[in-house]
Amino acid sequence: MYISEAINKVLFELLTTNPEVYLMGEDIESPYGGAFKITKNLSEQFKSRVINTPISESSLVGVASGMAMRGLRPVLEIMFGDFMTLGMDQLVNHASKFHYMYNGQVDVPMFIRTPMGGRRGYGPTHSQTLEKLLLGIPGIKVLALSQRHSFHDIYIHAVTKEKCPVILIENKALYSMRQELPENGRSGDFFITESAGPYPCLTLSLNNFVSADATVVTYGGMLPLVEKAATQLCLDEEIFVEIVVPSLLGVPLDINWVEASLRRTGRLVIVEEGTQSFGFGSEVAALACSKYFKLLKYPVIRIAAADSPIPCARHLENLVLPNEANIYQELKWGILNDS
Amino acid sequence: MHQEEAKLNLYSKMFLIRSFEKRLFDLFKKGKLFGTTHGCIGQEAVAVSVVSTLPKDTIYFSNHRCHGHFLAYSDRPDLLLAELMGKKGGVCAGRGGSQHLCYKDFFTNGVQGGIVPVATGIALAEKLKKSGRTVCVFIGDGTLGQGVVYESMNMASLWSLPILFVLENNQYAMSTFVRNAVAGSITARAEAFGIRSWDIVTSDVFAMCQTVQKACDYIAEEPRPGFLAFETYRFCGHSKSDECHYRTAAEVQTWAEKDAFEILQTSIKDKGKRELIEQQCLNRLEEVVREVEAMPFADV
Ligand SMILES: Cc1ncc(C[n+]2csc(CCOP(=O)(O)OP(=O)(O)O)c2C)c(N)n1
Ligand SMILES: [Mg+2]
Repeated sequence: MYISEAINKVLFELLTTNPEVYLMGEDIESPYGGAFKITKNLSEQFKSRVINTPISESSLVGVASGMAMRGLRPVLEIMFGDFMTLGMDQLVNHASKFHYMYNGQVDVPMFIRTPMGGRRGYGPTHSQTLEKLLLGIPGIKVLALSQRHSFHDIYIHAVTKEKCPVILIENKALYSMRQELPENGRSGDFFITESAGPYPCLTLSLNNFVSADATVVTYGGMLPLVEKAATQLCLDEEIFVEIVVPSLLGVPLDINWVEASLRRTGRLVIVEEGTQSFGFGSEVAALACSKYFKLLKYPVIRIAAADSPIPCARHLENLVLPNEANIYQELKWGILNDS
Repeated sequence: MHQEEAKLNLYSKMFLIRSFEKRLFDLFKKGKLFGTTHGCIGQEAVAVSVVSTLPKDTIYFSNHRCHGHFLAYSDRPDLLLAELMGKKGGVCAGRGGSQHLCYKDFFTNGVQGGIVPVATGIALAEKLKKSGRTVCVFIGDGTLGQGVVYESMNMASLWSLPILFVLENNQYAMSTFVRNAVAGSITARAEAFGIRSWDIVTSDVFAMCQTVQKACDYIAEEPRPGFLAFETYRFCGHSKSDECHYRTAAEVQTWAEKDAFEILQTSIKDKGKRELIEQQCLNRLEEVVREVEAMPFADV
């Protein structure tokens, strides 16, 4: 099943089983079904619960918070993740604060889903990976899923069980890919272990965790690219890497999911699609250095977008964003030059 | 209720608010409070007319200048003072302080404008739940500069939400005179969204209550959003340390002559009864201060 379909199906299930769930967003009703068609056909069955809104992201985040405070379970689509910036006051000064500053008297179980990421030629303002702006906000949860995470299970949990605002970053490139869920510890060419809890962290290995040269932490839409680079490295150079893929990214961040793999490899690599500075990778590197200093035998390697706006033209965009080829090169030379 | 009795009832509420706010300035001077406060001396009639007219189960969202609204809603000066003093018994156990209150269905936040979409979302939820309840949100004239106010009015009108926007035009946003920050007509802004609006330019708290009642009936019947624009004035500074250098004594005097509180006070026929109410209220406040000072500080 394609990931766009998987999300559409779980939204249908949520609307069917949970009368408190409302979908809100710009152009999400039929026949349009959202800019990425994720809410296709849902408004036909759930006419009053799939609600088209004006183009008012700043207020919509507040409207969804207000609904959540009164016992509903709003699922808000922000058409492009780039426009999360418009909702920042609502997130930072309202939704994330209410539970704490009102001393636990209210919950704000609002769910925001928003596509981020490039590779579609949408240019500087419609291609960004901006979760770093959200990751440091106490009181909210930020999720990013890969094609090997269960969109179904994670949606069901986040929308129906959480009490705080949850933001799910959906990489646009994943929508047209298939869900590839681990079965009996395998998925594709990979052996997979999965951490417990509602937001699992996956660890992937091509050689059943026997040994590897690096632990590559990545998430969301970067996983397919890292997998390809890892497979190629194994074929060309017999270099093995393990890939660690968390799904829960924000504060409080505990990177204990990286420990087991680091013990085997002694080398940490972080791959992300957002700009390199001051982001998830910076935090993981800093935490790893303080918590697992003794496990690290080599300098941390960072692979991320250039600290630059994302140009529109395909060849220029490719120079700014990390892609399969440069992930491959940086992993290869990083490992070979420093072994 | 008999007219004189009704007067005393409204007066006692307004008196509590004014005395509470004055007492706070006093406590600040004595170093007994931490942080700041935004007094509503001069605006008590807005709080009291709105809150005592709207249905009891109305859900409120207020702003930084919220003590009057809170006291009109809760009649719990003890919970508010405890909050301001960081005591365990405060409405938010010291986490919120003066401008971040939560008590039953009364909420406040001190970020100009942002409460309006949240209140709109609450109104949407109540409508979807068919609860029949109304939402009321208080904003100041300066807050008309925020875009989310208009985004919210647009949605409230599009979706016919049961929400009352109450604008307290106290002529200033901090030091900025309303005419230097707000262009054109205020109520025309609401009308442009198809939101019925009422200008309230009076010092008669009963007349205020009557207009609030009209708006309230309209909202509940349709349901539709409504907008009330009160002309009012704050006699105290914007916040604890403001000395009001941006306005003249003559201007303050003009408004003092229109002070709804004093006008109500002098209209009360039974002076003895009025003074008794005042004394009881002051005694109650002193008791509250004593009681709250003795409370333990809030835990982390
Ligand atoms: C978004 C935002 N900007 C600035 C402030 C600082 N501030 C606090 S009160 C205030 C003036 C508000 O004026 P008005 O809306 O007229 O309300 P009033 O203070 O007169 O009750 C300002 C600028 C704030 N709290 N929030
Ligand atoms: Mg003002």
